[in-house]
Amino acid sequence: MEFLMAIVVGILFMAAVYLILSRSLLKVILGTGLLSHGAHLLLLTMGGLGGNSPPVLADGVSVSDYADPLPQALILTAIVISFGVTAFILVLAYRSYAESKTDNMNLMKGNDEHD
Amino acid sequence: MNFVLLIFLPIVAALFVPLLYRKLKNVHTGWFVLLVPVVLFIYYIGFIKTTMEGGHAISELKWIPSLGISFVSYIDGLSLLFTLLITGIGALVVLYSIFYLDKNKEKLNLFYVYLLIFMSAMLGVVQSDNVISLYLFWELTSISSFLLIGYWNTRDRSRFGALKSMMITVFGGLMMLGGFVLLGIMGDTFSIRELIANAPSFVGHEFFTLALVLVLLGAFTKSAQFPFHIWLPDAMEAPTPVSAYLHSATMVKAGLYLVARFTPIFAVSEVWIWLVTGIGLLTLFWGSLFAVKQTDLKAILAFSTISQLGLIMSLLGAGALAFHSDDPIFKFATFAAIFHLINHATFKGSLFMIAGIVDHETGTRDIRKLGGLMSIMPVSFTVAFIGTMSMAGLPPFSGFLSKEMFLQSMLAIRHFELFNFATWGIIFPVVAWIASVFTFVYSFYFVFKTFAGKQKSEPLPLKPHEAPIGMLVSPVILATLVVAIFFIPNLIGKWFVKPAVIAIQPSLYSHPSEVAVDVAAWHGMTDPAMWMTVAIVGVGLLLFLTMARWQKLYDIQPEYLSLNGLYDSVMLFSEGGMNKISRFYMTGLIRTYLIYMFAFIAAITAATLFIKEAFIVDMDSFSPVNLYGILTAIVLVIAVGMVLLAKTRLSAIIALGAVGYSVALFFVIFKAPDLALTQLVIETISVALFLLAFKYLPALNNHGETKRNKLVNLIIAAAVGITVTLVALSAHSQKMIPSISQFYKDTVATEAGGGNIVNVILVDYRGFDTLFEIAVLSIAGIAIFAMIRLKLSRKGESTDENK
Repeated sequence: MEFLMAIVVGILFMAAVYLILSRSLLKVILGTGLLSHGAHLLLLTMGGLGGNSPPVLADGVSVSDYADPLPQALILTAIVISFGVTAFILVLAYRSYAESKTDNMNLMKGNDEHD
Repeated sequence: MNFVLLIFLPIVAALFVPLLYRKLKNVHTGWFVLLVPVVLFIYYIGFIKTTMEGGHAISELKWIPSLGISFVSYIDGLSLLFTLLITGIGALVVLYSIFYLDKNKEKLNLFYVYLLIFMSAMLGVVQSDNVISLYLFWELTSISSFLLIGYWNTRDRSRFGALKSMMITVFGGLMMLGGFVLLGIMGDTFSIRELIANAPSFVGHEFFTLALVLVLLGAFTKSAQFPFHIWLPDAMEAPTPVSAYLHSATMVKAGLYLVARFTPIFAVSEVWIWLVTGIGLLTLFWGSLFAVKQTDLKAILAFSTISQLGLIMSLLGAGALAFHSDDPIFKFATFAAIFHLINHATFKGSLFMIAGIVDHETGTRDIRKLGGLMSIMPVSFTVAFIGTMSMAGLPPFSGFLSKEMFLQSMLAIRHFELFNFATWGIIFPVVAWIASVFTFVYSFYFVFKTFAGKQKSEPLPLKPHEAPIGMLVSPVILATLVVAIFFIPNLIGKWFVKPAVIAIQPSLYSHPSEVAVDVAAWHGMTDPAMWMTVAIVGVGLLLFLTMARWQKLYDIQPEYLSLNGLYDSVMLFSEGGMNKISRFYMTGLIRTYLIYMFAFIAAITAATLFIKEAFIVDMDSFSPVNLYGILTAIVLVIAVGMVLLAKTRLSAIIALGAVGYSVALFFVIFKAPDLALTQLVIETISVALFLLAFKYLPALNNHGETKRNKLVNLIIAAAVGITVTLVALSAHSQKMIPSISQFYKDTVATEAGGGNIVNVILVDYRGFDTLFEIAVLSIAGIAIFAMIRLKLSRKGESTDENK
């Protein structure tokens, strides 16, 4: 299963990088969203996908059957943080569009005064 | 007495100069400054007795003892000779400058502060026994020289000359520091005396030749050796007292001092001998050749200085042969070097002062406008005549003696047998002879074109008259010395030269009296050097008389093909060329930078993976494939494809939502209930946010992205994606140590009293992560609020949106 997941993660990264390199600001934000999904799945995959039951203590489940809880805790933290950042970028994009009237990344660059 | 502190006396005196300048307007500040070199000169004369016995005096001031760095005043024959030159000529130059610089028109406070700093720095260079403090003073001479050359800082040429000399000498200084550090590593000490004592163990060390070349670079740049001589002619924009002091008598000899001081360490090396002798001779030749081309009095003297420094340098190189051969003639070469060093300091100092006087009294230094000053300025002419005849190497002036010794040493090199000298050695006397002819020509050119002949029809800017007596004192004293040295060479030898020679060749002698050199003006008819001198005079006179015909030959070489042209283009390139290069890759487009980053991440990671042969896939470590997993993966990949191909914003946002929900499904399949919950909620909110922003964001637009752009993006994206997959697979296949999670599973109930292991990790085992994740969310919230509410206009004026 990890083999398949590694490929899925690779596809997510590839799509994310492709979007981030594009000229439209909205696509760049979509790309960061895909990138964080890829990173979260990568974390989970690297922890091992072998667990038969969720990491919650229950009667009759042996310790070795629990899925690894540590990557899950890490991913949970990462999800919240990437959400905060995505929300921030989104509003930033809205504000920059309102100010500069463009979402073309090629036009968003310093002018010569700032060289 | 702790005489190391005397090194700092000029700097301390410099602190009071501005005060004196301001308070005592009626007295020329130079009179107070004059006290400093005079006091120092008188004090240091007291050491002659010690060094004549072959002894030395030492005084130390700890600076950074833990690193072995200290200020040491180590006075042996060599240091003392230089110290006396610095203080003695320093006193004469200050005296001269009192009459040269007008106290009402010039900023004397600055001039004397710079000059005193320079004096301290120079004393430090020649007395330091510690290479680090030597380097410190060395750079201080570069800086104070920079300030002095640029003294008339409203002139473009002054600033150009100052910058040029700074660039070249600081480059050399830095190289030299590298050499010193390597020496420190090899000898495990920064003390020059200890380095000399350890020197035999350096031979064959891997750093030896590198250290040698680096130290020589420092010496060559400072002493204006080929091809680093180009800064010296441009440094002539400095006031003439500065040219006389720094750029003929003292600072440019710092490189010679360095070569002499390090001879006991490096002389065993063939590279040293070839470089020092060869470059010295080349500089001698080059400088004398181009001195004839110049039309400015000071430029002639600058090239002459370059040439004479080369002469001394080549003699120091020849003297290093004494470490390999018992032939007494090579020991003689070192004596000749030091002897000529003294001669040069005296006659060149006086010549610069005369050039300054001519400039001061006629208003021009252009030799084409001058002529016939002999009867108007008889004293200046006499001094100039003595100086130039000594420079040309004619009797009865001191230069004659050193030129004879020089020719003898160069002739002797032919007979040296090691290092291929038997084959190439004949070049040395030939080049030396030609250079001497040109030296003769430019010496005559300097004195006779200025003072002899008729006055030019065109009137001079000022009506020429003899200089005031105060201005003439210093050059007359120096000229007297030039003549005196001719008659008492052996006394000079005994007092100054022999103690210096044993400092340069400590392993060969134990007492100065063992330096068996007897200088005589007359060697008899059989001496080849005498006949060479006769030939020099003959050919030189012939060339001088026909000068008008062949001087035009110099115009053949275009300016841009010169070494100055090379320097200028290097400077232009480092400014304009580097600017072009950075503009080429710093496009200002985020995409370009992201391409650099992603491409390098992919390339470096993949390369490491394969170079280290780390790519291993261990199928046994993988868990069994799960049907639901495959289905979810297919859904996710389709959703990703839709995000990529979406034509409208809405479909892209929905597809992104689909990706998020598939990820949540994966969390369900892989037994992560908390993650699944969070992911579902967050994905919902995210999509809602996207939809909220939807109204305000522009429609999806390619902004004219070309096929080529897309292809590049695709290649880089594919590279990153594949690299991530490969790294993930090999990382998973090679687990080094078991997971720490076993501890959490075992102790979650007993230690933390909880059942949900993930939650307990979040708030108990690793609660700090959670605390700051909360902080991140709050900051994001505040920032979003601020961005929406706070609308500062571009010019920084706040515009209240509630208005």
